[in-house]
Amino acid sequence: MRELSTDLNKNVVEADDSFWQGVKDCIPTLLGYLSIGFAAGVVEKTAGLNMFEIALMSLLLYAGSGQFIAAGMIAASHPVSAIIVTIFFINSRHLLLSAAIAPYFRNNTTSKNLITGALLTDETFGVAITHAQSKKQLDYKWMLGLNIAAYLNWVLATIAGGIFGQWIPDPERFGLDFALPAMFIGLLVLQILSQKKYFTDIIVAVSSSIIVIVASFFVPGSAGVILATILSATIGLVISKWK
Amino acid sequence: MEINWYIISVIIGSAIVTFIPRVLPLVVLSKLEIPEWGINWLKHVPVAVMAALLASELLLHDNKIALQANSLSIITAIPTLLVAIYTKSLLGTVLVGVSTLMIFRYLL
Repeated sequence: MRELSTDLNKNVVEADDSFWQGVKDCIPTLLGYLSIGFAAGVVEKTAGLNMFEIALMSLLLYAGSGQFIAAGMIAASHPVSAIIVTIFFINSRHLLLSAAIAPYFRNNTTSKNLITGALLTDETFGVAITHAQSKKQLDYKWMLGLNIAAYLNWVLATIAGGIFGQWIPDPERFGLDFALPAMFIGLLVLQILSQKKYFTDIIVAVSSSIIVIVASFFVPGSAGVILATILSATIGLVISKWK
Repeated sequence: MEINWYIISVIIGSAIVTFIPRVLPLVVLSKLEIPEWGINWLKHVPVAVMAALLASELLLHDNKIALQANSLSIITAIPTLLVAIYTKSLLGTVLVGVSTLMIFRYLL
């Protein structure tokens, strides 16, 4: 583990932007999404999807929380339109992620940006925006490597969940449910350390956390995340103006 | 194999409404000159969104505050945070976090 992590750090310093470097930079996120993807596959199977439908959903929809909600609503026989509208709201936070990385992809063609955007997730966004700190532009090939590694990991994990889910005992025993929060802790810390605007960033992070908790009393979870992001990014903008 | 059009419609429809917000800002904004305040605002989005996602993972369950149910994860977050700050390694952070929670569950 030690060897691997120092190896990763070294590569970040060297800032090699090849496809394979992008694949390597995806490695820290794999465990978290492997366990979530596996769980999604189990839930989809239980909701009555067959293996073809599980694979198709991961290939086309490719969104963790969206797939859980879709499976739940399919199991409860909600109308197609209601499911689609709900998933639109849950996944609309991608608007903000996509907008935030746009300045780093100025020199790319529309079709390349279409591919980059189509495979954008919370975790590839987090890795990419941390990688972007030291540079003005992100490399398309590096981003493609990162995105494709995450995509394949997700598709295979959900298929494995659909096939083996019924025989695997409680994954929580191995602490795997903490892989996702741990990844967010790591991404948040790396982001704050690399920007070196500790005061502003910590206020943004704390207010975002408070807003998401307060919002949970009034709006569904995905709307809370969007609300918290918009409000606390605005707080950050105001503080950095005023300082 | 019988095709279930209900499920296929859900998959295709939800894929389309997920695809559009993913690609639209990236495709449009990368072509436009964004005003400086807009760029400055967008620079705060990563910390804001990561903190919001982390807080909802850690403190909420089914969109309700669940400090009691999540207490082990919340305690695990402290050593995980320290490891992240000192090692600056994403992989190390994930591995330490997962194994710490596993040890807590085993001991308690």
